[in-house]
Amino acid sequence: MPLETAVAAPAASRTEVRERAARNRKVGVYGARAAVLAGFLGLWEVCSRTGVIDPFNFSQPSRIWDQIRQWVTHGTAQGSLGEQIGYTLYEALTGWVLGVVGGVLLGIALGRVRFLADVFGPYIKVLNAIPRIVLAPIFLIWFGLGPASKVASAVVLVFFPVFFNAFQGAREVDRNLVANARILGASNRKVTLQVVVPAATTWIFTSLHVSFGFALIGAIVGEYIGATKGLGLMVAAAQGTFNAAGVYAAMTILAVVALFTEGLLTFAEKRLFRWKPADAGDGR
Amino acid sequence: MVHVDPHEAGAVPAIELTGATKRFRTPSGTLHTAVRELDLTVAPGEFVAVVGPTGCGKSTTLTLVSGLEEPTEGEVRVYGEPVSGINGHVGFVFQQDAVFPWRTVLSNVMAGPRFRGVPADEARERARDWLSRVGLSAFEDRYPHQLSGGMRKRVALAQTFVNDPRILLMDEPFSALDVQTRALMSDQLLELWAGTGSSVVFVTHDLDEAIALADRVVVMTAGPATVKEVFTVDLPRPRSVEAVRLQPRFVELYREIWASLGEEVRITRERGAGRAA
Ligand SMILES: Nc1ncnc2c1ncn2[C@@H]1O[C@H](COP(=O)(O)OP(=O)(O)OP(=O)(O)O)[C@@H](O)[C@H]1O
Ligand SMILES: [Mg+2]
Repeated sequence: MPLETAVAAPAASRTEVRERAARNRKVGVYGARAAVLAGFLGLWEVCSRTGVIDPFNFSQPSRIWDQIRQWVTHGTAQGSLGEQIGYTLYEALTGWVLGVVGGVLLGIALGRVRFLADVFGPYIKVLNAIPRIVLAPIFLIWFGLGPASKVASAVVLVFFPVFFNAFQGAREVDRNLVANARILGASNRKVTLQVVVPAATTWIFTSLHVSFGFALIGAIVGEYIGATKGLGLMVAAAQGTFNAAGVYAAMTILAVVALFTEGLLTFAEKRLFRWKPADAGDGR
Repeated sequence: MVHVDPHEAGAVPAIELTGATKRFRTPSGTLHTAVRELDLTVAPGEFVAVVGPTGCGKSTTLTLVSGLEEPTEGEVRVYGEPVSGINGHVGFVFQQDAVFPWRTVLSNVMAGPRFRGVPADEARERARDWLSRVGLSAFEDRYPHQLSGGMRKRVALAQTFVNDPRILLMDEPFSALDVQTRALMSDQLLELWAGTGSSVVFVTHDLDEAIALADRVVVMTAGPATVKEVFTVDLPRPRSVEAVRLQPRFVELYREIWASLGEEVRITRERGAGRAA
């Protein structure tokens, strides 16, 4: 028995050492991150207070914080802060869903049917070459000040990256899998739904991450140009009253909202892709 | 080989390739001939093994029979009918991994019956039955990436067999398996095949395996493939893969086929070396 313990002890302590090293590394990364943020904000605050940078243009973290607190407790000029966030999210989400559904359907259809791809390919390339954000003012004229014009801007921004990824995904499906499904008895429709779509989801999901950011941009820019409610309007209003802290505060809130939705998306992805081997970088 | 007239009642060959030629267009635009003027007949219930140097066109020949590819010239018939598109009676175990990575093991094996409109309960039952025959019952909830290469291959076998194919095309199905499992699966394959009366075309690089399993061993030439020689394996059935290897006739056949195949392998290798130089 003594021999066994002698062999087991160093092995156990080695795993322990390794675990401790991994934990230390994690703590180190988070600590350094927090330090970078604190350093940046501190430098900003100090520079602004000592007059190295002009606080009127660049504001300062403490004022931004006060502005956010004021919005949270007393609401904004357009109503409560929650309502503004909800409005923007609603527009972005609606535009995102419509853009994603359209992009995925069209992408897979064109990826599967050569004829459609040949006919519509050039048109889609031309449309994609247009800087689509300039459409926002046009949508404002078409659809008015309400949410519809923002949804439209979000849709045109979201559609193209999703479309191209779905198209590529449908094109690059492993030919062996398609051959196997056909031999096993799958009809064309079943090959599309049960082989091409699942195989393309990896591609589609990569575009979902980027495209939700685009949807937010579409909604915000739309609101910025003309709206009755929303975070974009808050930026525009703060800018109109030369309230730099208000602009930064709205941007901060936007960043938090974007990070939060990104987190939700990552969570959904993990559930959906249980069939995939974990990335080597995941450090399972 | 005796030519069987396909119109003679009861003598319709299961598979018949006549003058089948397959050319592929290469990325550079030239034509590459993978299979040339290939004649091959497989009788119903016959087990044919195909051996040939690597890259000679064995897999391509199988895709012609399966209907996944059309011959550029010549004709391919299955049970007397010219092949056009996929035939529901053909099963194909691919050389490459082709199980669906997003489906669990059970769901992979159920795929065939489900694609063919079998109700889920019945499909599940049949799939479970096959999973137990390939020894994977305990793994039915796993995803393919959680299995070893040999286990994935067994999933592929179950996936094909669950459809009860009358014609079974197998492209190096056991090459990823360890020696013990391979012997086990070979014996099992013989058992299954004896029960169903289906015709098998079995591509392999393993001469031992080819002789132990088949009624006839077809030796292909260096690419573009055509039939070089056909050897009839006159070993008694039922066979046990392990026992049959020890028979003097087996050793004799092995030597004959090896001499025929070795020449083609040498040609292929010299060609490859010539190209590399
Ligand atoms: N889709 C394709 N397009 C172009 N060339 C192809 C295609 N498929 C196969 N070939 C070529 O045809 C030849 C025969 O290929 P095939 O896969 O049939 O060989 P094989 O006999 O199965 O080889 P191995 O024993 O290594 O599996 C090869 O030279 C290959 O490069
Ligand atoms: Mg091959």
